[in-house]
Amino acid sequence: MQDAIEERKLHPAMVEGDHDFGTVSDRIGDLTLKKRTPFHWFIGFAIAFLVAQLLMVTIIYLVTKGIGIWGTNQPVGWAFPIINFVWWIGIGHAGTLISAILLLLNQKWRTSINRFAEAMTLFAVACAGLYPVFHTGRPWLAYWLFPYPNTMGLWPQFRSPLMWDVFAVSTYATVSLLFWYVGLIPDLATLRDRAKNKYFKKVYAIFSWGWRGSARHWHRYELAYLILAGISTPLVLSVHSVVSLDFSVSQIPGWHATFFPPYFVAGAIYAGFAMVLLLAIPLRHLYNMKDFVTKTHLILMGKVMLATGLIVGYSYIMEAFFGWYSGSQYEWFMIKNRIWDGPYWAFYWMLMFCNVISPQFLWFKRFRESEFWLFIISIIVSIGMWLERFVIIVTSIQRDFLPSSWAMYSPTIWDWSMFIGTLGFFFCLFFLFVRFLPIISIFEVRTLLPQANVHGRPQDFDENVLEIEYTYDKTDPPNS
Amino acid sequence: MAQIFRKSANNIAKISMISVVLLAGVGFYTWTQLARSSYLTGQYLEIQQPVQFSHKHHVGDDGIDCRYCHQTVETTASAGMPSTQTCMNCHSQLWADAPYLEPIRASFRDNKPIQWNRVHDLPEYVYFNHSIHIAKGVGCSTCHGPVDKMPTVYEENTLQMEWCIQCHREPEKFIRPKSEVFNMAYRADDTDQATRDQLKVDYKIRSREMLTSCSTCHR
Repeated sequence: MQDAIEERKLHPAMVEGDHDFGTVSDRIGDLTLKKRTPFHWFIGFAIAFLVAQLLMVTIIYLVTKGIGIWGTNQPVGWAFPIINFVWWIGIGHAGTLISAILLLLNQKWRTSINRFAEAMTLFAVACAGLYPVFHTGRPWLAYWLFPYPNTMGLWPQFRSPLMWDVFAVSTYATVSLLFWYVGLIPDLATLRDRAKNKYFKKVYAIFSWGWRGSARHWHRYELAYLILAGISTPLVLSVHSVVSLDFSVSQIPGWHATFFPPYFVAGAIYAGFAMVLLLAIPLRHLYNMKDFVTKTHLILMGKVMLATGLIVGYSYIMEAFFGWYSGSQYEWFMIKNRIWDGPYWAFYWMLMFCNVISPQFLWFKRFRESEFWLFIISIIVSIGMWLERFVIIVTSIQRDFLPSSWAMYSPTIWDWSMFIGTLGFFFCLFFLFVRFLPIISIFEVRTLLPQANVHGRPQDFDENVLEIEYTYDKTDPPNS
Repeated sequence: MAQIFRKSANNIAKISMISVVLLAGVGFYTWTQLARSSYLTGQYLEIQQPVQFSHKHHVGDDGIDCRYCHQTVETTASAGMPSTQTCMNCHSQLWADAPYLEPIRASFRDNKPIQWNRVHDLPEYVYFNHSIHIAKGVGCSTCHGPVDKMPTVYEENTLQMEWCIQCHREPEKFIRPKSEVFNMAYRADDTDQATRDQLKVDYKIRSREMLTSCSTCHR
């Protein structure tokens, strides 16, 4: 009894309710296969799809007219497209952190949220990737960014962080996709075996690559998954570090700072967990997944948000401190301009409210354990992280070294339509994911059940076991 | 439960995995080669002119200097195309009745210039200047090839940037003494490397960094 209580403290239940292996498969698998597609899905998808059309219209108009339709100007050459790029790519980071780092750290609570968090990563990276490609103005020449034997006899500029970005983001997208897909294979096989519809069955069968769940399959799967986790782990840190170097390698006051990489990585995880919460809270209600995405999960995510929020808040203080301590009149001018003297001071204080003040509520159990407040704080933090990029980008370059090149920036309707369009695109993809794939990893949740952790006791150990010669069964039994 | 796929699916899966990689590789290689093909660059394609003019005859057989027709090559960006009057300097006397010179005579009578067809067409975003290349010892044939052997002129080189920049990176491999610039019989190994290195100094050819700077050609 005492042991059981101790055990409970160390490992709080990650699955609530009375579940066994079968019911887990039923609950998650049936969402895709058996249950009627709920009405709210159609409503949600229709709205997201319509909003995504904004993106299409914007891109068509953008490609025909050129990027002059945006508010981007001189000196604010990096405006909405780069703000939104950094915002989206940052959101993706939570997915990778959950899937890779928490796996290596043996954090069991990642198991029920990693699937949709990884999907979120992929879709966020897809949205992010659009911006720099279209910001080049000639997206049809985007392949020039890659080193290949071109007829110009040139390599891309390897000394430019923008070039590093190309590698960082494309590696990130590839590894995230592989990681997500490899993790999906056993579940796709489950869906294949349970599907009644002939065509669904075929599609799931193709994508599960003949998975039969033999010991050999599991052995290889575990190995591949661990290796991919190992590859992804540095990516959590490197991708947003490289994104931050786009700024800090330049000499613009407000960008040229050594602490940018950790500052950006913390911000990315902060924004990412806010987005995971924004997706998890409605999902667990609408699809009745409260048994798998429990309060414990939400609380833990709230704690991660609080921790990363504090790092971000510290960074804001350091940013201002360095501006003063540098003794450089340009740095100090930029800080003054950003915080109280310049035209965008209100954005800075909105940012402070969203990113520094709002997460402080998470210190209190009352807010941390309330879904409502977690949801509200997540929305505020998402807005705050967008404002952060706005403040960093716009206030740094709109007051350049030369007063003659100073200018104001304001987005046009096309800036907004592209941003809102990518939100629609993101949710559109997410709705499709929710409909056609298991939103929670079925087989991994099964491992959280008590049945999966039957421990042997020393007194039960039979020494004769050692005498038995195990033969490796080369023929996998066909699944009945 | 019946199997969804037949046993052959195992092999199809394996073969398709390998072929995707192979096809992607072959496709990529084909693409890089297509980009350099005559089909896209126009290299080696003979361009017909309104008059049957043969460089082989005028340069190779008669030994007329390039500058007799392309007069401004040493002084301006464009090498210059000959006016009808230049043709008539000789052809008012020689072959004056030849039927296939009728377009020249017509042009002379009507005072209407001949519309020559362009053989070497650089994109508008490249600022190319003939005179500087002549002044630094780049021979005509280095870029235009053996014009004295071309009955109909064609592009000897692709005019792609990788071709331009190989000389801008290492001009000392391609230059020749200024006295040999218009010599169609000159061969690359008529001057040794040491001499060419010295020529680079003597002709004050700028550094590799200057020559390969973006704005040297794209302004």
